[in-house]
Amino acid sequence: MDLNVIIDNMAYLFGGLALTFQIAALAIGFGLCWGILLGMGRLSKNRLIYYPSSAYVHFFRGIPLILVIFWIYFLLPLIIGDSLGEFVAVVVSFTLYEASYFAEIIRSGIQSVPAGQVNAGLATGLRPHQLAFHVILPQALRNMVPSLVNHAVVIFQDTSLAYVIGLREFLRRVNLVDAREARSVELYLFAGLVYFIICSLGTLASHKLERRPRTCGSNL
Amino acid sequence: MLNYTFDWSVLWRQPYGEMMLHGIRTTITLSLAGWCLAVLVGVIVAGLRGSRNRWLRALGLAYVLVFRNIPFLVQLFFWYFAAPLILSTDARTWLYDNVPDYGYWCGVFGLGVYTASRVAEQFRSGLRSIPADQYRAAYSTGLRPNQVYRYVILPYAFRIIIPSFTTEFLTCFKNSALTMTIGVMEITHTAYYIDSFTWHGLETTTAASFCYLLIAQIIALIMWRVESRTHIAGMITRGH
Repeated sequence: MDLNVIIDNMAYLFGGLALTFQIAALAIGFGLCWGILLGMGRLSKNRLIYYPSSAYVHFFRGIPLILVIFWIYFLLPLIIGDSLGEFVAVVVSFTLYEASYFAEIIRSGIQSVPAGQVNAGLATGLRPHQLAFHVILPQALRNMVPSLVNHAVVIFQDTSLAYVIGLREFLRRVNLVDAREARSVELYLFAGLVYFIICSLGTLASHKLERRPRTCGSNL
Repeated sequence: MLNYTFDWSVLWRQPYGEMMLHGIRTTITLSLAGWCLAVLVGVIVAGLRGSRNRWLRALGLAYVLVFRNIPFLVQLFFWYFAAPLILSTDARTWLYDNVPDYGYWCGVFGLGVYTASRVAEQFRSGLRSIPADQYRAAYSTGLRPNQVYRYVILPYAFRIIIPSFTTEFLTCFKNSALTMTIGVMEITHTAYYIDSFTWHGLETTTAASFCYLLIAQIIALIMWRVESRTHIAGMITRGH
C-alpha cells in the first residue's frame, strides 16, 4: 500500500469528481423534467399519447445504458451534422435513458393516491386542475420522494459509464492515473470508497425520507 | 440526417455477421453464468442477514451495502486490474497461465457478486412478505420445521419471488454489457468494435439494442408462463 499516489493526484482526481457531479446533476434535472412528461403520458387516456410514451419507456428500460451512450454518440452527429463532443452526448443519452425510469416512478407515485381522494376532491367541488395541484400531486410527490432520491443515487453511480466514450470524469481519471503510476489496488479501492461514501449518504437520505411521517393527519 | 448512407449489410456480411452472432452468444452465456453465481451467493447473504448471530447479520448487511453503493464499473475494474495484484506472485502467474479467458471469467465473477447483493434483498423481502400466520398455521397442523419450509413456506416464497427475480435477471442481463470495458467481446462491445472497421456503428448498435429487447421479451414471456402455470387461485401476486 502506498497512499502517496492518491495524495499526489488528489486535485486531479477531485476535478474529475466535480465533472461527475455535473453530469449527475444535469442528468437528474433534465431526466426528471422529461420523465414527468413521459409519466403523465403513461397515464393519459389519449391513445396517441399513451402508446408512444409507453413504447418509449419500455424501449429504454430494455437496453443497457452503455449501449444508449454509443448509440447517441453515433446518432447525434448525423442529426446535427457535426459532433458536439462527448459531454453533450453523455448528457443527452443520460437524459433520454433515465427519464424512462423517472417516468415509472412518477406514474406509480400518482397511481398510489387512493381513488377515494379523487372522488372526495370532486365531491367538494374542486375543478380538475385544482384537484391535481391541491390534492393528488402533494400526496403523490410525498410518496415518490424516497424512490426519486434512490434513483438519483443510481444515476450518480451510472455516471461512471461516461468513461466508455472517454469523458474524463472521476473513474476515467482514476484509470488514467493508474495507467501512469501502476497502483491499481490503492486507486480502485480509493475510487470505491469515494463512491461508497457519497452513495451511502444518498441512500441514508432516502431511508430518512421514507420514515418521515406522511401528510399531516392522513393515514395513507 | 445529411450525408450518411445506411449499410445494413454490415450486420450479416462476413466476418461481421459471425462476430455479431458470437457477441450475442457471449452476452447470453455470461449473464446466465453470472446469474447462477448471483443466486448462490445471494441466498447465502440473505441467510446471513436473517441469522440470529449479530456478527453474521452485520456481515450480510455490510455485503449488501458495499456492493450496492459502489458502481458496478468500479467493481469490475477492481476485480480485473487490482485483485490479481493482491495475490501472491505464484498465484497470479498460475491465474494468467491457466485461465485463458481471464476477462470473461472476471466478468462472470464481478457480475455474479454484484447481482448477488440485489438478489439477496429481493429474496429477503420475498421471505418477509409471507404472513406470519402461514408459519403458525403450518406449525399448528403438526408439521416439523423442515416440513414447514418444504411444503408451505418455500412453495409460497417461490411464487412471490418469481416476478422480482425476473426483473433482477433482466438487470443482470443488461449489466453484462459493462464487461466490454474489461475486453469481453459481448454484443455491445462487438457493435462498437465493428464500427472501427466499417464506420457503420449506428447500424450495429441499433441491431444490438433490438437483440437486448428481443431476448428480454422472450425471457419475460417464459417467466410469465411459469408464473401463470404455478399460480395458486386466491393468492395475490403481481397483477397483469
